[in-house]
Amino acid sequence: MSQADLTMEGHPAGLTTGIPPFSIPAKKMAIWLFIIADAATFAACLVVYGFLRNGAPNWPRPFHSITNVALMTFILLTSSLTMLLGVRAAKTSDKAGAFRWTIITAIGGILFALLHVREWLALIAEGMTLFHNPWGTGLFGASFFCITGLHLLHVTGGVVALLAVGIRYRGGRYNADDLEVTGLYWHFVDLVWMFVVPFVYLLNLAH
Amino acid sequence: MHDMSAHAHVAHHAPPTSFIRKHIFSLDHKVIGKQYYGLALLAVFVGMFLSWLMRLHLGWTNLTIPGLHLLSSNGAPGNVMTPEYYLQLMTMHATIMVFFVLTTAPFAAFGNYFLPIQVGAEDMPFPRFNMMSFWITFAGFVVLVSSFFVGDGPTLGGWTQYAPLSAVGSVAGPGEGSGVVLWAISIALFCVGQLLGSLNFITTTLDMRTKGMSLWRLPLSTWAWFITSVMGLTAFAVLMPACILLILDHVAGTSFFVPSNLVISDQVQPHSGGSTLLWQHLFWFFGHPEVYIAIVPGMGIISHVLIANMRRPMLSHRTLIYSFGALAVLSYMVYGHHMFVSGMNPVSSIAFSFPTLIITIPSTILVLIWLGSLYGARLRINTASLFALGFISMFISGGVSGFFLAQPSIDIMLHATYFVVGHFHMVMGVAAMFGIFAGTYFWFPKMFGRMMNETLGKVHFWLTFVGTYCIFMPFHYLGLAGNVRRYQAFVVDYMQPLVPVHRFITVAALITGAAQLIFLYNLIHSRFWGEPAPENPWQATSLEWSTPSSPPPFDNFGGKLPVVYHDPYQYGVEGSTGDYVMQDSPEQIETVRDEG
Repeated sequence: MSQADLTMEGHPAGLTTGIPPFSIPAKKMAIWLFIIADAATFAACLVVYGFLRNGAPNWPRPFHSITNVALMTFILLTSSLTMLLGVRAAKTSDKAGAFRWTIITAIGGILFALLHVREWLALIAEGMTLFHNPWGTGLFGASFFCITGLHLLHVTGGVVALLAVGIRYRGGRYNADDLEVTGLYWHFVDLVWMFVVPFVYLLNLAH
Repeated sequence: MHDMSAHAHVAHHAPPTSFIRKHIFSLDHKVIGKQYYGLALLAVFVGMFLSWLMRLHLGWTNLTIPGLHLLSSNGAPGNVMTPEYYLQLMTMHATIMVFFVLTTAPFAAFGNYFLPIQVGAEDMPFPRFNMMSFWITFAGFVVLVSSFFVGDGPTLGGWTQYAPLSAVGSVAGPGEGSGVVLWAISIALFCVGQLLGSLNFITTTLDMRTKGMSLWRLPLSTWAWFITSVMGLTAFAVLMPACILLILDHVAGTSFFVPSNLVISDQVQPHSGGSTLLWQHLFWFFGHPEVYIAIVPGMGIISHVLIANMRRPMLSHRTLIYSFGALAVLSYMVYGHHMFVSGMNPVSSIAFSFPTLIITIPSTILVLIWLGSLYGARLRINTASLFALGFISMFISGGVSGFFLAQPSIDIMLHATYFVVGHFHMVMGVAAMFGIFAGTYFWFPKMFGRMMNETLGKVHFWLTFVGTYCIFMPFHYLGLAGNVRRYQAFVVDYMQPLVPVHRFITVAALITGAAQLIFLYNLIHSRFWGEPAPENPWQATSLEWSTPSSPPPFDNFGGKLPVVYHDPYQYGVEGSTGDYVMQDSPEQIETVRDEG
């Protein structure tokens, strides 16, 4: 800021003009801070998982195929791409396009969640619970359900946010920035999954 | 440049009209700050009352305390405290004090009230999150205290809630069932509340600064709150999942923190495979940053208070800020020093000992800057500056023992004794309390529009200052003599000679506690009948004293935001018309710069 800017006698407060003086978008900063905190939460969960896995003599490796998780990963990664297209459309004021891509992203999230729930149900049917499974230490089920459950919670929340923000964006209450902020969160959920897949799935593939 | 209109709706809301919006579910950061202060005030008297009960029992074992059975259905048959009940009181005292007083008052209360004003903003960017942050914290307090009245009483595991006893349920003792679950729910709620608060603090500091308010022009108190909220953002985010896993161990049969073949009360526990050390790692990864979350705001507050009363800036503004930052970064690397006796690999102990010794460097720099700045200063003696001096005294006295405890070989001997209890009570408990007191006496006129009574304040200070030394200095002596901590009675032969020391401490604690009633009286009396406060009673320079009235109007600056022209502490300026220059004064001066 130059000295010249400082010579004016007080400046109008946001209360009267609605414009905060010198700021980058607060919502965008807040979502980045949330992502930092949330990353610490996921990191804690993954550390718990690694700590317990290394200490367990009978850690099970129950996964026989990566087809399902590969499909889920593909869908989630694609939804990040569609999110990107949605935000780009919004930046170029292509409202209809942005809304369409946002809804497609949400559908991707729903598909992911459905596949995930199907996988959970299959594992439960095989006898896996939070404290017991037929293959080895019960800690496997506990950490698997906690980590993927926390992620699934984030996906579900993300889908709700995408739909809510998408609809309000089309209605004019939210703008391109709000869409971008939601997108940042969605990419983060995607990024976390890229840690969950190798640690929780690929490391536990049957030999 | 970003499109300004994109976030035009941030942080602007009309003054509330209804009672509920004004005083209960308020979006105003000032009201929320006062609510946090009220919560801390309630919590501190509850916590102090619990410590009185413990001290009475420690001084005179099996003393009949009239009415004690009212607090617990099974903990005090015949009004005599059971050993389990002693531990329950200890746990609740610690949890209430650490979370709902030492974090809530200096950080959430004063930070909420003064951070937005000191950066020159009308409010925080997310007032609704701010309101939620308080009410979620309040809910956490209610859940915690409710454990006195539910099931078999509050948990007895200590504020660290060490596994496996905390994770196996009521088989491990009274309160280890519902008490632990309520404790964990309470702390998880607290974490959510503080995360929302941290989010607001950081965005306010970075985003809402008024024209001319560069980062280096922020007062030291704002810097301290800002750095604390950065710590809070990641520390609480780790404690929250840890609490949830602890709850799962209780209610869902998982075994995260319970090892195989554990026998408790002659029963093999149904859990298997977990790790008790894992809980300690997760807890202390939060726990050590937490002690800096408690103390750094106090450091900022007393620096702010001292400068206004010394009428000159600190020797080096920036070095103080860098030291706050160094404490924050290092606080994440030292947590293992709480675990030297846990059975952790000794190599890890060495690895954690080294940064623990390093972290004394920024602490020492802070102390040297405070003392060096005070040297030769004509300090105005008032209650606020006395408490600020008391903070430094407590921080040094309690901190010196940290040099010893940082070394595993010494810590192993002293860890389970009163030496450590004395260390942390002084360096982070009482010191932080003195920071709260300094802030209260300094900012009360701005918060409530009335002055506090100085005579009562000085009586309060001297009783508290001498009293806390009488309480906590003997703790060190007891610890060196081998007095084990967390015992409810000292029946072993070698501890018998120490009982008179405990009686002395108990009497000192009762007197010091009673002195706090003077503070409470002063607070309430001044609130309603104190002398009306001028806008700037201390002739201080930062923006909270530029607000047009005490207390400030709803939008803080009365429709205009100030423009900042100066560094925060322009006292004793050459060629100025007065002894000080306000941050928003357009007067052209030779800036008082530090060499840092």
